[in-house]
Amino acid sequence: MAYSDKVIDHYTNPKNVGTLDKSKTNVGTGLVGAPECGDVMRLQIEVDQESGLISDAKFKTFGCGSAIASSSLATEWLKGKTVDQALAIDNMDIVEELNLPPVKIHCSVLAEDAIKAAINDYRVKNGLAELETVAAAH
Amino acid sequence: MDPRVLEAMLPYFVEKFGNAASRNHSFGWVAEEAVDYAREQVAKLIGADAKEIIFTSGATEANNLALKGVFEMYASKGNHIITCTTEHKAVLDACKHIEKMGGQVTYLEVKSDGLIDLGELEKAITDKTVLISIMYGNNEIGVIQPVREISAIARKHGVLFFTDGTQAVGKVPVDVIADGIDLMSFSGHKMYGPKGVGVLYVRRKNPRVKVTAQMDGGGHERGMRSGTLNVPGIVGLGKACELCMNEMESEAKRLSAMRDRLEAALMQVEEAYVNGNREHRLPHTTNISFKYVEGEGLMMGFNKNIALSSGSACTSASLEPSYVLKALGLGDDLAHSSLRFGLGRFTTDEQIDFTINAITTSVLKLREMSPLWEMYKEGVDIDAIEWAHH
Repeated sequence: MAYSDKVIDHYTNPKNVGTLDKSKTNVGTGLVGAPECGDVMRLQIEVDQESGLISDAKFKTFGCGSAIASSSLATEWLKGKTVDQALAIDNMDIVEELNLPPVKIHCSVLAEDAIKAAINDYRVKNGLAELETVAAAH
Repeated sequence: MDPRVLEAMLPYFVEKFGNAASRNHSFGWVAEEAVDYAREQVAKLIGADAKEIIFTSGATEANNLALKGVFEMYASKGNHIITCTTEHKAVLDACKHIEKMGGQVTYLEVKSDGLIDLGELEKAITDKTVLISIMYGNNEIGVIQPVREISAIARKHGVLFFTDGTQAVGKVPVDVIADGIDLMSFSGHKMYGPKGVGVLYVRRKNPRVKVTAQMDGGGHERGMRSGTLNVPGIVGLGKACELCMNEMESEAKRLSAMRDRLEAALMQVEEAYVNGNREHRLPHTTNISFKYVEGEGLMMGFNKNIALSSGSACTSASLEPSYVLKALGLGDDLAHSSLRFGLGRFTTDEQIDFTINAITTSVLKLREMSPLWEMYKEGVDIDAIEWAHH
């Protein structure tokens, strides 16, 4: 199975690798996956509280090329969106954009989970209600 | 495949097309002679008699024939087989089948270095035990089991000893007499021969071993394996054995020196671990875990130029990491972080330099991207985190 050009590009030149200060109230952090499963993603968003837009997004991923590409793509898509718009990102959008084969769909699911977990962390820090999907997963 | 092997095979496709089982014309005789010659070449490499060589379609078939064939043939003596958890799937799955047919199978655990415990082996033998099946060299970590000690235990208890020699034959000296082997499988393509051809060695003296055929038909190969012989493949396998016989010693020296150099350089990388026993192992393999980096992601950095495999099976449907590494007691995380290296006749020093450089660069780059590496560096106890399993 060969990787798509887009996966190779994100793997070779990943966008937005890094760490935001998780102690800041306007930063939301999502950490999903497990080392035993071979995938761990940490995705962070920083929200500009005046405009309500996501001003920065960073990731770090332990996983295969498709997992790295999925999280890199997710950070690109997050920037400039409102938190509510970010919630609408669906894992199948990632599958289509990166041409992921069926065995790699779980990488896109993990990226969507990471986005939701980061948003949820941001909401909880700012006195908003927990997302239902995330609360249900606990 | 070695080009010298191809050269030996080529005449047997078109020019010398006869069926080795056709006894009444010269085309058949030419083919039969070629097969006989190859049988001698194969036998010589492992110290056997030509009559003890049964040609098959590969090691998988030979493993099935040995295990199921002995189980059926010796049913009146007992129904118990002893093997170990790090065997090749062709052995483990054949054993699972035997269990369904009413057999009893003991799967011995291995020690953390990948070797079996001889005391545990001897303890597992019962009056119903007919066969011990322990591989010679492991396909993932390269460790060589104490074959002579195993065969001595088997002898002492009147039990047959079968070994999957696929990784070892042609790489290290294997002698069925000195090693006390009763049955042994191996295949052509692991020793620079063609794919689709393999061997089951079946001892004829002290003791005379028999297996029940697993395919019914014309009674080829002394009645143990029916089916028209793959003449070009067999000729190629014979040639491959002859080349190994002549070149194995110098090749093993050359490969182990390169392997050691590769290993020493990669061990300079922080948090890198060699998996399996480093003293008792094949000269051309190593298996290394680079902690906090996932193996498949790591391979993607250089898989255009280097063919390796990983203990992480992210591409397989199961998502389970290597069962061999897990049997050594490695956590799933370290198994996911492993790379398996195999050097060969055509590996050069330049390729080793390239590999060292490519892997070192890739590991450092991926660790910059790894949340686990960041946590490790910050002193976070990763094992204490409650991970959501998906």
